[in-house]
Amino acid sequence: MSFRKAQIAQIRLMSSHPEVYEPCDDSFALVDALLADRNNLLEHQPTLCMEVGCGSGYVITSLALMLRQEAPGVYYIATDINPHAMRVTSETLEAHGVHAELINTDISSGLEKRLAGLVDVMVVNPPYVPTPEDEVGREGIASAWAGGENGRCVIDKILPIADYLLSDKGWLYMVMLTANKPSQICLQMREKGYASRIVVQRSTEEESLHVIKFWRDFDTQADAKEKAATNKTVPARVMESLVSQFPLSSFWRSCGSHSS
Amino acid sequence: MRLLTHNMLSSNIKGVANGFPLGIEVEKVIEKQVELSADFLRNLFPKIEWKALVDAARTMGYAELPEEVDSSMLDSNEFLTKFHHALLELHLEEGALVCPETGRRFPVTKGIPNMLLHEDEV
Ligand SMILES: C[S@@+](CC[C@H](N)C(=O)[O-])C[C@H]1O[C@@H](n2cnc3c(N)ncnc32)[C@H](O)[C@@H]1O
Repeated sequence: MSFRKAQIAQIRLMSSHPEVYEPCDDSFALVDALLADRNNLLEHQPTLCMEVGCGSGYVITSLALMLRQEAPGVYYIATDINPHAMRVTSETLEAHGVHAELINTDISSGLEKRLAGLVDVMVVNPPYVPTPEDEVGREGIASAWAGGENGRCVIDKILPIADYLLSDKGWLYMVMLTANKPSQICLQMREKGYASRIVVQRSTEEESLHVIKFWRDFDTQADAKEKAATNKTVPARVMESLVSQFPLSSFWRSCGSHSS
Repeated sequence: MRLLTHNMLSSNIKGVANGFPLGIEVEKVIEKQVELSADFLRNLFPKIEWKALVDAARTMGYAELPEEVDSSMLDSNEFLTKFHHALLELHLEEGALVCPETGRRFPVTKGIPNMLLHEDEV
């Protein structure tokens, strides 16, 4: 399979800083999801790819490396709220010989007006750990993981922005935990006309990580319209497909680590 | 920061209605060669605010872009080369972006714009 040959960022070439999130299981899961979907990404022919919350730069560097050969003309943008992360990402990119445009900002503030509808691929490994609300967005390393109630504080801000920025053919890949209630997130995205699929799922002792891919889907949009028109709850068929994707979390926990 | 990114950025200060384009204060410009992709330029051309790009390039010391454009020019290699150079090869390495309405400066350090707002600007 061709994706096995694809290059990704190398740990020994990564820059670091005490206040910047180091590549971890969640970062690896996201890159594995992108690798698993690499052939689709190449067919997708993205013009513009964006990462929100790039941290060390591991993910955006890997994405740029894995598409570099076959899709040389892609524009990469990465943002982070942490100024140190910008410097670290910049050094990581340079050490791997790839480029992304970096912007030190809150999610995509300053880009929204002009970038609306232009992003073909968005990747996000957000701060998702359930914490007290007042720990979210604090200075320093805590803002890398502190996610507020159910870990959803930053995720819930990013989702509508992603909807706004994604092109018609745009894809979103996002990391989440069982504690973030991924099935609820997928339902909310359904209502905006997005289909979703788990690309990678991995369990550790304490948590179960998922990388979920979202894309605009005409069937889903029709369902969303039907729902709006009749003011009913989610159509039964949608509910069924969601439940089959998201079995009980106890099942997730017991099924060990594997990717799909 | 490349000028394509400049073309995508607006002032994000609360209450600002016309935050685009941001002014550019130049301290240091660098040039980095990038391989030209005609497909990429053609895809992006309709999304570019042309006047903002022409003015930004001029501020960065590159005055070769035509003031008026239309999509038929995308067949000309000479035009594509200039468009490519302005959009992707000129980097604002040090300087600032300036909100056209309030004059607020957003510093650009080592090529990275800082668009973070103060509490009273959000
Ligand atoms: C879990 S870390 C992921 C880092 C890196 N993408 C990775 O996968 O290794 C989350 C990142 O999001 C950043 N972040 C948190 N809140 C943010 C916000 N509101 N806007 C932009 N970035 C944010 C943090 O600074 C941190 O770098």
